[in-house]
Amino acid sequence: MSAAPQKAKPGAEQIDVTVSAVVPLNDLVTRFEFTRTDGQPFPPFSGGAHTVVTMNDDGRTRLNPYSLMSDPADTSTYAISVRRDDAGRGGSLFMHTRVKAGDQMTITYPVNLFSLDLRARKHVFFAGGIGITPFMSMIAQLERSNGNWELHYSVRTETLGTYVDELRYKFPNKVHVYYDDQSQSIPLEDLLDGQPLGTNAYVCGPKGMIDWVHATASAAGWPDAQVHSEEFTAPQPGKPFEVRLCKSDKTIQVGENESLLEALEREGVNAPFLCRGGACGQCETDVVAFEGEFIHRDHWLEPEQKAGEKIMPCVSRFIGPSLEIDR
Amino acid sequence: MTIQFNEETFRDDYSFYNSDWAIKRFPFPFHEDSYMYAVNMEQHRGGPEGSVYEKRFDVDEHYVSEMRDRAMVLADDPLRCQSLPHMTLAGWDLLELIMVSKSEDYPDLFELHRDGDTWRWVNKPLGIDDTFTFLDETTLPYGPMEYITRQAQGDFCVLDQRDEMLWMDAGMVTTQADWSLDFDIGMNFFEWHAPVPLAHEMGIFKRALKFLLNIQQGAPARRLNWTMTVNPLLDTSPENYHKWGIQKTTLTPENIGSKQHLRVELQTFFRLPRSNALVFPIRCYLCSFQDLMTMPKWGRRLHRVVRDLPVELATYKGFIDNRPMMLDYLSQFDDGLPTSPGVFPEFDTEPPLTKSS
Repeated sequence: MSAAPQKAKPGAEQIDVTVSAVVPLNDLVTRFEFTRTDGQPFPPFSGGAHTVVTMNDDGRTRLNPYSLMSDPADTSTYAISVRRDDAGRGGSLFMHTRVKAGDQMTITYPVNLFSLDLRARKHVFFAGGIGITPFMSMIAQLERSNGNWELHYSVRTETLGTYVDELRYKFPNKVHVYYDDQSQSIPLEDLLDGQPLGTNAYVCGPKGMIDWVHATASAAGWPDAQVHSEEFTAPQPGKPFEVRLCKSDKTIQVGENESLLEALEREGVNAPFLCRGGACGQCETDVVAFEGEFIHRDHWLEPEQKAGEKIMPCVSRFIGPSLEIDR
Repeated sequence: MTIQFNEETFRDDYSFYNSDWAIKRFPFPFHEDSYMYAVNMEQHRGGPEGSVYEKRFDVDEHYVSEMRDRAMVLADDPLRCQSLPHMTLAGWDLLELIMVSKSEDYPDLFELHRDGDTWRWVNKPLGIDDTFTFLDETTLPYGPMEYITRQAQGDFCVLDQRDEMLWMDAGMVTTQADWSLDFDIGMNFFEWHAPVPLAHEMGIFKRALKFLLNIQQGAPARRLNWTMTVNPLLDTSPENYHKWGIQKTTLTPENIGSKQHLRVELQTFFRLPRSNALVFPIRCYLCSFQDLMTMPKWGRRLHRVVRDLPVELATYKGFIDNRPMMLDYLSQFDDGLPTSPGVFPEFDTEPPLTKSS
């Protein structure tokens, strides 16, 4: 059919927002609150959703995904919490050092790659550090529907316990906090044992923590489909490389501190995207020819596709004399 | 524009009819002179003025009669509407989507007044004026999905999204092309599409699933599907096959023009915000062969498509036995002239039929 053919745009729909508050929470984490610039209510969203924030960093466009951590039913405001990453490529530093209340920004409609399984009789959340953010909106959603949940939250120190005080105050019987510097750790095996039938587990945190929860749950006999995780791979810096774009008939350079996707966008070659973290599959790109080695960092491609068939330009890189892709 | 609603039936005496307006805007599904499966998706962001693609949920002259027919189907068979327990939130999402869309797109027919969680919904064509509490099921006469889909044309499948898969976990299905919600409830995307021939081998469903999983809030999509129906029946369900299947044998060369209908589904896809479920409205449009033949382009093209359709598809769509009779009828309207590309009838520019039957 072609009633009114329209070319698909890269990324999700955009919303113009005004930064309504910048709230430092501790040495590392700051909350940013947004209102809609056009005065309309925001769309409601589902707990666990993220938005991609566009940053104009002195002419260089950065697009970073952050979990929405405000109450999904509150359509007057959206909020994200950003952990400063001094070793990262600069997106979080830009947010921390440059963004001020009153600034105009652009964010995408909510996209959810980490949603609640609404069949679950009980939801058990495991958070590590800044991995708390998606659970903030999930908890708000479940509280409105009398959902059964509990949170196990591991933080480095008391002063770095983002939202610990608020969560403990509101939900003293449901929130359990573990401090690394006091040698406390989540008693995972005990917690996974003895949960009622129909419990779902969710983990968000460092990769090691995610792997630990999956492996422990699997060993304890949990079905894989009842253990959910979200790990956005932040694009890592790497050695510069050259790519031939056969559709666009261009050869471009990917710099040390940019991803292949960002290099495409810089050159005006739009590839579709949603998560920019190797999870959603939108930017999947065919490899036409290559001589060298891929550094695949996505969670999307099948092992056999990684042998030179496809690449996810949002997070993956390449080392070698030549790469040609279908863009 | 104010719509004049038809007084008509989709059963017994089949008094269903299309006005000239409805014929002109019929969603003819063939953009070229042949047909094969494709993942023929496009964005659902409006379309030409007056076309069925213009509004998020099209309301036309059949609205009141279709809702009456739905109520009769449900009275006979309540299992046409089912919602597994975890899908109630998605039902509220759907209620909100339809109420907001219809009140914005047809302000003369529908009104929505919201004061916090207290909502008042006015549906003038059906004479409904209800006040209820959003997200409180006890304040509505039915569950939220059933309540709103008793007031919206077309079938609705509400699909849960889990584990990179879609699940048929709720729906209102009374105007379907020979499939059963009661049979498919709880199935995943590949399971409920298992009976479709050829498309699996072509990799259509794998690609379609990837596309659907990534449909985002604020970016709905649509496609068309089609089949053939003898008599203007909305309810061509497996549950009632014993009633309507036999009617396929009543076609004659004399009555085929008025009895044989092209059945087109306008399928749309919306991400639901609160539940992250996907709703898949399937809106059915019927048009008799003789009404279609009033558009010379459609006459020429329908003949060519039906003639050249692979046997598997004609069998699956249930008209293989009647195909020779259809072709005898349709060939009268095909003079061999070329047709212009696209689905629209181009009545003013397409040459009139140069063949006398």
